[in-house]
Parts: sequence; C-alpha cells; structure tokens
Amino acid sequence: MSGEPILSVDRLTMRFGGIIAVQDLSFAAERKKITALIGPNGAGKTTVFNCITGFYKPTGGAIRLNHDDGRQSALERLNDFRIAKQAKVARTFQNIRLFPGMTALENLMVAQHNTLMRASGFTFLGLIGVPTYRDAEKRAIALASDWLKRINLLDRADDAAGNLAYGDQRRLEIARAMCTEPALLCLDEPAAGLNARESAALSELLQSIRGELGTSILLIEHDMSVVMEISDHIVVMDHGVKIAQGTPREVRDDPKVIAAYLGTDEEEAAAVMEGGS
Amino acid sequence: MDYFAQQLINGLVLGSIYGLIAIGYTMVYGIVGMINFAHGDIFMIGGFIALISFLLLVSLGLTAIPLILLLVLLVAMAVTALYGWTVERIAYRPLRHSFRLAPMLSAIGMSFVLTNYSQVAQGARVKPVPPIITGGYTLHEGAEGFAVRLSNMQIMVVSVTIVLLAMFTWLVSRTRLGRDMRACEQDQTMAALLGVDVDRTISMTFVIGAALASVAGMMYLLYYGQVDFFMGFVAGIKAFTAAVLGGIGSLPGAVLGGLAIGLIETFWSAYFSVEYKDVAAFSILIIVLIFMPTGLLGRPEVEKV
Repeated sequence: MSGEPILSVDRLTMRFGGIIAVQDLSFAAERKKITALIGPNGAGKTTVFNCITGFYKPTGGAIRLNHDDGRQSALERLNDFRIAKQAKVARTFQNIRLFPGMTALENLMVAQHNTLMRASGFTFLGLIGVPTYRDAEKRAIALASDWLKRINLLDRADDAAGNLAYGDQRRLEIARAMCTEPALLCLDEPAAGLNARESAALSELLQSIRGELGTSILLIEHDMSVVMEISDHIVVMDHGVKIAQGTPREVRDDPKVIAAYLGTDEEEAAAVMEGGS
Repeated sequence: MDYFAQQLINGLVLGSIYGLIAIGYTMVYGIVGMINFAHGDIFMIGGFIALISFLLLVSLGLTAIPLILLLVLLVAMAVTALYGWTVERIAYRPLRHSFRLAPMLSAIGMSFVLTNYSQVAQGARVKPVPPIITGGYTLHEGAEGFAVRLSNMQIMVVSVTIVLLAMFTWLVSRTRLGRDMRACEQDQTMAALLGVDVDRTISMTFVIGAALASVAGMMYLLYYGQVDFFMGFVAGIKAFTAAVLGGIGSLPGAVLGGLAIGLIETFWSAYFSVEYKDVAAFSILIIVLIFMPTGLLGRPEVEKV
C-alpha cells in the first residue's frame, strides 16, 4: 500500500472556447478518506468531475489515479468504459441515472459487467453456461443482494428501479457505483433533493463505505450539514480556481470561503481578510 | 370454416417469418435509435447463404436431411451474423456521433450495396431448390372435399420460430449480454460509466439480429423453394411495418406485429384479392398508427433528460 493520495489533480485547466471553466486547479484526494469539492453554483465543480470521468478532455494538466498495487492511471487520457474498467473510477450524476426499466437487482448486476465478462469468456462460454460462469453469476447476485441489504432495499429487488422512492433511487445509484468495485467513488450532489432523514441515512451509508470497505470518496455537495459531518478534507472552488482547502473546521472559518458563498467579489474578500474597510 | 382454418395456418407461418425479421429492426432501433434499412437485405443474404451451404453439403455427399438442415442453419446464422457485424462496423459505427439522418442514409446505401452485390455475385435469376421437407397431415376433411392441411414444412417453420424466440427471450431477460443490451438501450452514457463497452454491445445486437434474419431467410428458402437478390426489399419493408405496428423497440411487439401482418396479408389474399394484399397490410398499419401512435405494445416516448 502506497502512501500516495488516491487521486492527484495537477494544474487542471478546462477551457470552452473563450470561457475558462477550471484554471490551474491542483488538489489531492487521500486514500480511504472522504474529500468534498464545494463552491457556489458555476464554480466548475462538475467540470472537474467530467474531466476525471472522461467526459471532457482537459485543455491542460494531469489527473492521476494511484492504484493500491502501485499502478497509475492517467485519467485525462481515458474515456468511456475504460474509466470504470481500467481506472476503477465510478461516478453518479446530479440527476438520477438509474436504468428505470430494469429491476433494482439488474441495475446492480449491470455494474458487475466486467467481472462477469471475464468469467463468461467474452460472452460465448457464458451463453452455453459453463460452471465457472454460473459461479461468477451467483457471486454477482450475492454481492448485489448484499448491497440491497445494506441500503434496505432487499425486498424491492425485483421492482423496476424507476418505481422506487426518490431517496431509495439515490442510494441504489451509490450501491450500483459500488458494485463496479471502484478504487475511487465520485458522487455529484448525492444529497440533492433528499429530506433531513434521508440525508442522515446517506451520510451513514457514505461513512460505512469509507470505514468498512475503505473506498476513497470524492464528492460534490451543497448540503453543508452532510459535507461538514462526513468530510475529512474539503476543497473549495470559485470561478474555476481553488480558493481554500482544509478540514471542515478550517474551511468553515475561512473568510474567502464565506465571501464566496455570500457573493462578494474577491477584492472585497481580500479586504475582509486584511480586516480593512 | 375449413377454408378459414387453412388460411389461419398459412398466415401464422408467414407471420413467423416476418416476426423473425422484425426483431432485428426493433432491437437495433431500441439500442441505437436508427432504422437499419439494410436488414431486409441481410435476410436475403441469409437465404442465399442457406442455399449455397445446402448445395455444398449435398455435393459433399451428405444425405441425412435433418443433419443437412441443422448444418445449414448453423452456417447461415454464423455467416450472416458476420455480415451484420461488418455492416455495422463499416457503415454505422463511424457515423454514430454524426447528425441523426446520417446512419439512416448510410443504411439505405448499404441496402443497395447488398442487393447489387448479390445480383452481381449470384446472378439476377430466381434460384429454386427442390422441396426438401415434404409430407404433412390432413387435419380435417371437409364436406365439399376441401381438406385442412398442415405440412411438415409449416410445422418446422413455426416450431423453429418458437424455439428461437424462447432462446432469444431468455438471452435478453436472463443473461449478462441481455442486461447490457437493455442498459445500453436506456442510458448508454451510464452503461459506459459502469464499464460496459457500448460499441461491443451494439455490435452484438447487430450480430443477433442478423442471425435471426438468416433463420428467416432459410425458412423462406425452404417454404417458398426459391430465393432471389431482390426478395429482401419487400420482406424487409413488411417486417419493418410489423415492428412499427407492434410498437418499435418492443420485442414481443415485433413478433405480434409480424403475426398480424402475416395474417392480414393471407386473409386478404384469400377472401379479396391477391393483388391488393400489400395495400391491405399497409392500410391497417396506417389505421393502427392513427389511433395508437406507439403501436400495439409500444410505450409512449419518454423525454430523455
């Protein structure tokens, strides 16, 4: 096990035409920790996620994922299914993107595609039902059921995912991402639209993912009660640049962060810091 | 009544063939949202491959008819699947992220390519085969001397269709490949993020669709005793109609639509006029679509975010 951070983002820049969405952003996500990326709307958080998960090809900079075995993935060069297969990064979106017409169990089974793909000898052995494939399928169902139990949806396993309650769908999405057995789990606003009780359940789930399974988590979140409660490290962005980072306590008391959230501009924020005017 | 029963049998047999082709249309539409206009020609290719492999096997001295048919079936499925894969790979995949009409135009072009390629390679004449499966049963001897007959050929067409549909349904609902296909159908981006190779899954969809169409081609060859380079056009249009009638994107819908088109065509020919059977089939399609725009089993289009 290396002491390197699981994810290191180095001078990441993303330009869309004349608009600079992210500029020279560097930060790291520690292994087996929860790192939160926060900032006002339009700060460029989701752009960072899209660069990490291969949706955008960054204009500049490097994104490195350091695996437990010392292998390193250059995320800015991977895209599509390779993000999950080779780099072992899973993500969710701000809006729910389950497969609504498939059952909760099937959603979790699709996420185990790569495990099953290997076991099925690239489809053909699987179709004729060789025993190793059947075993793999059984293990996949066991893992999926385990996750359904964890999120209290075992009795809804055969219901269409689209028919589940909103909060259940949110948790099912996280379970699905976890079924890919990721090294890094990226969550884009997992608490959006959840009520207080559901947010608490979510916090608990994320803490158990970090604590019991040791999966590193990177999350974007606006719900500060969730962020402050579960994060080990917080990176604050505004207008595409990093304005602060530290523990929840450090960040909460940072005047630049307060200024960014209250909507004052940077000069005023600097003035606030210097204690002037 | 006897006449009706006989037409019912004939219609179901024809409908089975349409249904097998229609599945290819509906699957491809479901997963990539395009109409694969070359699919009818894949069906025609399947018929030719069946004919060629049949003649080859006979010339090699094989005489056991069931063995020959089984080998012909396997060879036709494998070779036609290769055609389906190739067509997708060279004509559709490069255009996948192009504008919406591009793959469709490419499909129409591919249809012409396959038709003309077969014409050049195999000649324009109709290729006959002697009846291979003969015999049958007389189900009912009517008073006026009209007998309801069920030929062994008809039994084979319907039973092969049923077996294939059962296998296919199992594939889509129970296997890893089927789950991946359904996942790609609902959200390709998300499927890719979960590690599913979307391009590969789409290729497999074309391969399976082509394999089913080749079986339809083989059945057509055996049932009608002939193939020609142009047969893919009308059969393809009919099967496409069947897919739309059943609700495009819906697999049971494709089969139901196929049976419906087969029955309409047969009954119209039997009771009215053979010349207008296509008019009848397409008129019914228009009427159904006016009152049920999503087809018989189609779901209303859900706006994707």
